Amino acid sequence: MSELISDIEGGIRTVDASVDASHGILLYLEGVTVSFDGFKAIDNLSLYIGDGELRCIIGPNGAGKTTMMDIITGKTKPDTGRVFFGQTIDLLQLDEPAIARIGIGRKFQKPTVIEPLSVLENLELAMSGAKYLRGLMTTRLTGEERERIGAVLERIGLSDLAQRQAGILAHGQKQWLEIGMLLMQQPRLLLVDEPVAGMTPAEMERTAELLNSLAGEHSVVVVEHDMGFVRSIADKVTVLHQGRVLAEGTLEEVQADPKVIEVYLGDDHAAH
Amino acid sequence: MRLPPWLLSDRAGLGLLLLLALLIIVVPTLNLLTPPDSALHLSAYTVTLLGKYLCYALLAVAVDLVWGYMGILSLGHAAFFALGGYCLGMYLMRQIGTRGVYGDPLLPDFMVFLNWKELPWYWHGFDSFGFAVLMVMVIPGLLAFIFGWFAFRSRVSGVYLSIITQALTYALMLAFFRNEMGFGGNNGLTDFKDVLGFSLQAEGTRIVLFMLSALALATGYLACRWLVSTRMGRVLVAIRDSEDRARFLGYRVERVKTLVFAFSAILAGVAGALYVPQVGIINPGEFAPINSIEAVIWVAIGGRGTLVGAVIGAVLVNFAKSWLTGALPEIWLFALGGLFVAVTLFLPHGLMGLVRRRAEAAS
Amino acid sequence: MTTRTLIRAGLGGLVLLLLSLLAPLPVQAADDNALRAALPTLRTAGFTEKAALIENLVQLPHPRVVPLLAAMAGGRLYYRAANDQFVIALNDAAEPAIEDAVTGAALGQVDKRDLERISANNRLRALIENQLAGLGLASSDPVQRKAAVEAFLRNPQTEGAARLRERQPVETDENIRKLLTAALALVELGNSDAAIRAQAATALSGWTQPEIRGRLMRAAADDADVHVREAAQKALAKTEFRLQLLSWAETLFFGLSLGSVLILAAIGLAVTFGVMGVINMAHGELMMLGAYTTWLVQQWLPLNWSLPVAVPLAFLVAALVGIAIERGIIRFLYGRPLETLLATFGVSLILQQAVRSIFSPLNRSVATPEWMSGTILLGPLEVTLNRLIIIGFCIVVFALLWLALQRTRLGLEVRAVAQNRAMARAMGVRSARVDALTFGLGSGIAGVAGVALSQLTNVGPNLGQNYIVDSFMVVVFGGVGNLWGTMVAGLSLGVANKLLEPWSGAVLAKILVLAFLILFIQKRPRGLFPQRGRAAEV
Repeated sequence: MSELISDIEGGIRTVDASVDASHGILLYLEGVTVSFDGFKAIDNLSLYIGDGELRCIIGPNGAGKTTMMDIITGKTKPDTGRVFFGQTIDLLQLDEPAIARIGIGRKFQKPTVIEPLSVLENLELAMSGAKYLRGLMTTRLTGEERERIGAVLERIGLSDLAQRQAGILAHGQKQWLEIGMLLMQQPRLLLVDEPVAGMTPAEMERTAELLNSLAGEHSVVVVEHDMGFVRSIADKVTVLHQGRVLAEGTLEEVQADPKVIEVYLGDDHAAH
Repeated sequence: MRLPPWLLSDRAGLGLLLLLALLIIVVPTLNLLTPPDSALHLSAYTVTLLGKYLCYALLAVAVDLVWGYMGILSLGHAAFFALGGYCLGMYLMRQIGTRGVYGDPLLPDFMVFLNWKELPWYWHGFDSFGFAVLMVMVIPGLLAFIFGWFAFRSRVSGVYLSIITQALTYALMLAFFRNEMGFGGNNGLTDFKDVLGFSLQAEGTRIVLFMLSALALATGYLACRWLVSTRMGRVLVAIRDSEDRARFLGYRVERVKTLVFAFSAILAGVAGALYVPQVGIINPGEFAPINSIEAVIWVAIGGRGTLVGAVIGAVLVNFAKSWLTGALPEIWLFALGGLFVAVTLFLPHGLMGLVRRRAEAAS
Repeated sequence: MTTRTLIRAGLGGLVLLLLSLLAPLPVQAADDNALRAALPTLRTAGFTEKAALIENLVQLPHPRVVPLLAAMAGGRLYYRAANDQFVIALNDAAEPAIEDAVTGAALGQVDKRDLERISANNRLRALIENQLAGLGLASSDPVQRKAAVEAFLRNPQTEGAARLRERQPVETDENIRKLLTAALALVELGNSDAAIRAQAATALSGWTQPEIRGRLMRAAADDADVHVREAAQKALAKTEFRLQLLSWAETLFFGLSLGSVLILAAIGLAVTFGVMGVINMAHGELMMLGAYTTWLVQQWLPLNWSLPVAVPLAFLVAALVGIAIERGIIRFLYGRPLETLLATFGVSLILQQAVRSIFSPLNRSVATPEWMSGTILLGPLEVTLNRLIIIGFCIVVFALLWLALQRTRLGLEVRAVAQNRAMARAMGVRSARVDALTFGLGSGIAGVAGVALSQLTNVGPNLGQNYIVDSFMVVVFGGVGNLWGTMVAGLSLGVANKLLEPWSGAVLAKILVLAFLILFIQKRPRGLFPQRGRAAEV
């Protein structure tokens, strides 16, 4: 009971120093398999994300991209395999809130902000820090909290809209707000699902800038379909196909890979 | 005294509190200081009726907290209301003492009638007012806590949750109908004489009960308003609108739900406890599923997620009910049924939504 | 077995049942005068002469001999001086209804004071019973022969035993022959030879008749010979086991009966809630409409024909009301399940009040037609016919619904819309029409369920409310969107309820089942047979 009272929320206290990325790798997926009704959505997948790296994951529909995110964030438990955050933290032992707490933030494919709340309130909601029950039972922001929110607002370019209701933001602005919410969690790893779907070219450019600026400070994994956008941000690209890693390397390298060409273009060639 | 900003910005709520304060002053004045034949005199009947409305309003606030803010449509809140009522009813039964029909100093009449020889263990302690008041909050709160803990942890939500809350109140109703349960079966608990030594028939007692109801409503309202104004309130809205988002932000959604659900049940229990001495009876019919659903419709009519709307809806609907069941009894269920349909189809944000839209159009 | 043959078998059974009930009784020609002539001396004779007269009467080949003697043994045979005739009183009233002792023709009611009883003493009564048993044993009607043996079992006498012994080797009906063997064994239990007594006790094992069990119990406790006592105890143990089995079978039957009612109530909901995702709180009231339709039909049609007419009519009435609800309210609320719940609850209140205003708030009594009343033997189990027919009816309704969903164009479209509304529309399915028809189908089934319910419970404005929680629990327990799940859930809940009842009482059993369901849903929120895949997430 006391645990329940004190532990309603679990935003991490600070950027978590206990995550041991001393080998330069932040996220390990090894031999992960998950199947639904006999269909293998993820098939013996192994993937390593470096500390501070910006990685793009591409692949056709049904390649297992969203399922992979579900596994990392605790929504789906794999049948076999190991998923580690740093050297020491076994993600398979943790549930969604616990995983969010140790520093993994996730942006959904469909922009998910809390529409009736203002932009500022959305960020406040996501804010990490000492937010036990006592922390939640307040109606005010401290000066330090105000500063942190201000910094994120500036970073996502919504400073002027802080009091605006999130529901009436433009599509692109909602995407940025959601990324801002992840930043308020002070995560080590950001998982970003299709950030530029439905964006105008100008919005895409700003999003690319934003994500690029995050790399180094955080590790960022971006799932994206738009090749132009991928080119503008990624130094390293992983191609998923049928739940497995098909190719990995720079965008030029994977584009030149005959297996990738076959997966993406094979049917077309056959048809013509 | 300066009001905190969260209250200052709640103009409708301030209006409600002011009105309640006014009622607390005016009702006793009109009842006690005017002669019974005066046009301004409020009869004990009217005072009791008003007190009943306020109890319903508190129940509605409790429903609105979980439905309007957290998105849990509970079809079982009448169960918490009734449990609170039974807890106080047990105290009132034990106050009867030797004045019952059978004159048994310890056993309530219905137990004597059933040939019981001693008081069941769970009736012990209810001779103490303090204990009974504690139980009024503990029993509904605990039931909601346990129920919520299991339900929310296994992520039962939406209509499934609604249906099992309905099953809960239905099962309780069946249970309380049984004589073996030791709560008076079909007839429930009634024939109360006095509370803390004050006769329940006395006008003074009725006035005080009315004032307590108004006070409880004001306190309950303030507590809920404060809660939804805190960060916790934003967490509730996040859970309502996107449970997954809240979870991936690191909130233990099931724990928030459990706690708020239990808190809401406590409010409902208090409302029930104030209701029972005013109407003079509590029986298993109070657990009937329709009572819970009626409470939901009060909230829907007033406008959910506004708290003030819940109060307005509860008072309006019950006023209409008192009036119609007296004047045109055939019409009442048609009217109530029609209200359900009309509000969901044409007034999704209730009366408060209508007022707000007007205000926005005017500005 | 495919569903189609299932239906055929079910319907065939029903038809056979009907035919056997309507079969005419055999008519016998008889010589009334011989019988009439033999009677007058009965008035004046002493008991010894009466005994001789009875032995003579038995020789007459007349079908009225048996009822006449039975009436005499029961003290209901009278002489009516006013008309100089012998009559049988049919009841014990001060002014009993009477019939002619010779022809059996009804003669209306008379004052008992105008009648003179033909008396009998205990010895005569025993003689009559014995003679009747003999008559019965010789009868060509197996029912009468069986009744005769059973009468002997109630009152075993060594004189009668000789007749049984004669009959036993020539008896053609195997069940009666077994019964005869048992009756003879009962007599042998009084034999002076302990070995024969022990053998008889063993032969009586498994017979559940209270007379046989009572006699065996006495033998098990008091018999002078230890072997006989042991044999009797063993036989009794076997009998108890058989009784236990029978009571289990009976519980199972009651469980199936309750389960089929639950299925009938829930299956329409399985369509509207399961296939369409719509919470229809007025479902119970649609059942109520079906029950009231039955009542109305019975006001106009002869009882025996009312149900076959009421079923399609109830379907139609409920389906039309359902379609009106869907078109008028629900279609504006798709995707907002909680609002649908509230609005349909409003509809349920309106329907309840409408019934109250139109028909009265009191319960209406719906009569049970003759062909559905009474009991029938199902092997050793005696079951009430109406429950049995409702089980069959439930199977038929389920099978028809299943066929409708699997084999018809509408069913295909319904399933398509349920799985992927947007895609179905893209393929040219008119989803609005499908919604309305699906809802009508689910509602119509509720109406049909109401017809069945009218045979089991009171028909009143609250009929629906009593079933709505149960039906929802059945659907959710079985897994939403899964008809077979609904069936399994309904049956298992029905049986569980009846299994609990003997030791917990009916109400507590219901509470326990509800509590179990609440816990179960928390453990497996998607029910016994969950739907999988992305569609289930919505």
